[in-house]
Amino acid sequence: MIPFVPLDYETLRLIWWLLLGVLLIGFAIMDGFDLGVGALLPFVARNDDERRIVINSIGPVWEGNQVWLILGGGAIFAAWPMLYAVSFSGFYLAMMVILIAIILRPVGFKYRSKIADPRWRETWDWALFVGGFIPALIFGVAVGNVLRGVPFRFDDSLRPIYEGGFVGLLMPFALLAGLVSLSMLVAHGASMLMLKTSGAISERARIYGSYAALATIVLFALGGIWVALAFDGYAVTSVQDVAGPSNPLAKTVVRQSGAWIANYGAHPWMMVAPLLGFLGSAIALFAYARRLAGLAFIGTATTIIGVISTAGLSLFPFLLPSSLDPNASLTVWDASSSHLTLWIMLLATLVFLPIVLVYTAFVYRVMRGRVTTEGLGRNPNAY
Amino acid sequence: MFDIDVVTLSRLQFAATAMYHFLFVPLTLGLSFLIAIMESVYVMTGRDIWRRMTLFWGTLFGINFAMGVATGVVMEFQFGMNWSYYSHYVGDIFGAPLAIEGLMAFFLEATFIGMFFFGWDRLPKVGHLAVTWLVAFGANFSALWILIANGWMQNPVGGVFNPDTMRMEISDFMAVIFNPVAQAKFVHTVSAGYVAGSVFVIAVSAWFLLRGRHIELAKRSMAVAASFGLAASLSVVVLGDESGYLATENQKMKVAAMEAMWHTEPAPAAINVIAFPNMAKQDNSFSISIPYLLGIIGTRSLSQELPGIVNLVDNAKVKIRNGITAYTALQKIRADKNDTAARATFNDTWKDLGYGLLLKLHRPDIENATEADITAAANETIPDVPVLFWAFRIMVGLGFYLIGFFIVAFWTASRHRLGDKRWMLWVALLSLPLPWVAIEVGWIVAEFGRQPWIIEGVLPTFYAASGLTLVDLSISLAIFLVLYTSLAIVEVYLMVHAIKKGPMAAEPTELQGGTILPGAAFARPQQH
Repeated sequence: MIPFVPLDYETLRLIWWLLLGVLLIGFAIMDGFDLGVGALLPFVARNDDERRIVINSIGPVWEGNQVWLILGGGAIFAAWPMLYAVSFSGFYLAMMVILIAIILRPVGFKYRSKIADPRWRETWDWALFVGGFIPALIFGVAVGNVLRGVPFRFDDSLRPIYEGGFVGLLMPFALLAGLVSLSMLVAHGASMLMLKTSGAISERARIYGSYAALATIVLFALGGIWVALAFDGYAVTSVQDVAGPSNPLAKTVVRQSGAWIANYGAHPWMMVAPLLGFLGSAIALFAYARRLAGLAFIGTATTIIGVISTAGLSLFPFLLPSSLDPNASLTVWDASSSHLTLWIMLLATLVFLPIVLVYTAFVYRVMRGRVTTEGLGRNPNAY
Repeated sequence: MFDIDVVTLSRLQFAATAMYHFLFVPLTLGLSFLIAIMESVYVMTGRDIWRRMTLFWGTLFGINFAMGVATGVVMEFQFGMNWSYYSHYVGDIFGAPLAIEGLMAFFLEATFIGMFFFGWDRLPKVGHLAVTWLVAFGANFSALWILIANGWMQNPVGGVFNPDTMRMEISDFMAVIFNPVAQAKFVHTVSAGYVAGSVFVIAVSAWFLLRGRHIELAKRSMAVAASFGLAASLSVVVLGDESGYLATENQKMKVAAMEAMWHTEPAPAAINVIAFPNMAKQDNSFSISIPYLLGIIGTRSLSQELPGIVNLVDNAKVKIRNGITAYTALQKIRADKNDTAARATFNDTWKDLGYGLLLKLHRPDIENATEADITAAANETIPDVPVLFWAFRIMVGLGFYLIGFFIVAFWTASRHRLGDKRWMLWVALLSLPLPWVAIEVGWIVAEFGRQPWIIEGVLPTFYAASGLTLVDLSISLAIFLVLYTSLAIVEVYLMVHAIKKGPMAAEPTELQGGTILPGAAFARPQQH
């Protein structure tokens, strides 16, 4: 029979909701600067030597960083299978666009500098730019769509059915969310470049970073106003069994104006999240002006934590609201894995995630220091 | 109800992306250990040639690794994208090993791969060696968890269907991890990877010897790969047989199809060496067989019977009827949660629910299935016998060829006669594609042979696909086709480029005796 699980189902669901946030934030902080650096590549680096410095500033670590995305996908599959099934199939073509970018990235890094021909390198530079720019934008567009509600329903065998296209995803609010995500990750990438490079590249990164951080503040505020004033959120109107079986058809949901800001009224401490979003970018702006690379990185990372937490807290307890059949919306209480799977996955995470963090820190320590042309010349494996 | 074209295209896309991904994974698995062995010799002996070997094969490893990473993410996302009902139906069980793979294995591999390439002058010798071994272990742990997930598709143990959530849920995670099919598949698959890595090293070294270049490096590399490959090739075949043996417990139909054995024979069954299976007649048009052999291989006994395809179809009919009972009870439970009688019936019959779902291809109201529907569905449990029969024989034939290949290579190496006979070097070079052929047909045997199931006995493939449109799938398939073809060309070009430039291009620039110039290592091949 089912073995004994020391934590109750409700607690485990809440923990996994938090862990989902931790993994997304982990991805956005760790791989986010890689995406930002990719998007900045054509702008901050003007010749081949500079391009190589930029690419190699993240070269030794980007592969490990990308595992945050892979782990995020795997963890959603394992802990929130319904969310994984509905969102990945519903956003099918958008996922394809992300996949193209993600396929181009590893080969871009590895293959670009293997051949000296300028056209070859130019082509891969484009691939790296697209591989950074596109995911940074699309991830935000996806969050924007989640906030608006996604057109899906279930049939009586709980088969997800999606009734929307690709173009529908590019609605104005979602594009705004995409720009928030893009500017926030570009600023974060700029902070990383300030840390890892020197001279002209670092200076250009500082300037682009300032613009991006400023844009983040403006766009994030605009998004907040839009959500608060101009569109409906969703609210559960029936009593949900927080420890019941994961069946999203057992509740009633309505669209409601102001529902996405209701949580902040009920729990004012949650305002910390959006405040961190603004505060982080303000710190980054200050740090860029004073040329304090480390502080800028802390600032842009803080913004990432704040912005992602804001989206999660606004939605809570929703994970994925349905615009087609609001009752079918996925929530923390009805879209998770079984009690036992959540427990097993929590144990696996508690054992392995700290180990991952330790050796990741070790690698960053070993690879510390700024990237220079001289250093690259000594290493035939450099990108 | 089911757009079978969408299902077919989804299957085609999954097969194409999986088989493509698996061009790169075996080389990663094999080369990572070979490189770790070479670097260990360097650290222990301090002889510079072994460091140069590590660097050279490491460069090729890196070119291959990038493609493995690029195509691997696609695999993880495709379950949700193309198989959304599958993801819902078994995500509670299947998702866990995938997530743990990321957490425990891929993180390790991907974090340290950067150190492998960038850490040479930042780490002490032993430190770098540890990094190399961690990459190799990461790659192999990764294979372990993926094959635990895949093994569960072949032999779904440790789960139970929950009518309240309409999905399979975990009941015994240890049973999933220690699934005998998964363990056997793991050893078989990683060994195949070691074989591929070894053949790769031997073939490239043979090319160097044929050209009279890098003799010392080539001979030493060959000797390492010959020993490693010999052990691995024996393990592939011995443990490949093991997985066939297990399959007779769990997947009798697959074995019967692999052997084109239509009718149960008195034990011990004969093995068909050559056969022309005829699906319509449900018999072989022609066959040559050796008495007793299959019974002995398949059951490890002289007295145990192996069931034939036709008899397994009869079993399937019984299970389909049971499945109808389970499905009907499930409908009652969905209508009234507290229907205890229906729950009791369901508890007795749920294991055959998947067989009932096979009928969904024929009618939505499966509780009213006719005898003709049941017969048709039961016949659909037969995989494509001719394809399986021949794919299996190609794989086994190549497996035995490669054992012979490594025996000769090992013998020649141990007598220090590598490179004496040019024809042998040519054979070694031309054998390069063979492990990949064996691996890909092996995938066909395992996964195409699993049809019509996506989860053996639990969920039919057609029932598991996402409700995408043909346009969606045509776009994605076209993208994969164009992108993957271009990247394959680029990858092979860079491999050949790096091999032609040889080991010196993998050296730090000052050791090449030149001034330090950015990109010099790439622009100026030097030969010795």
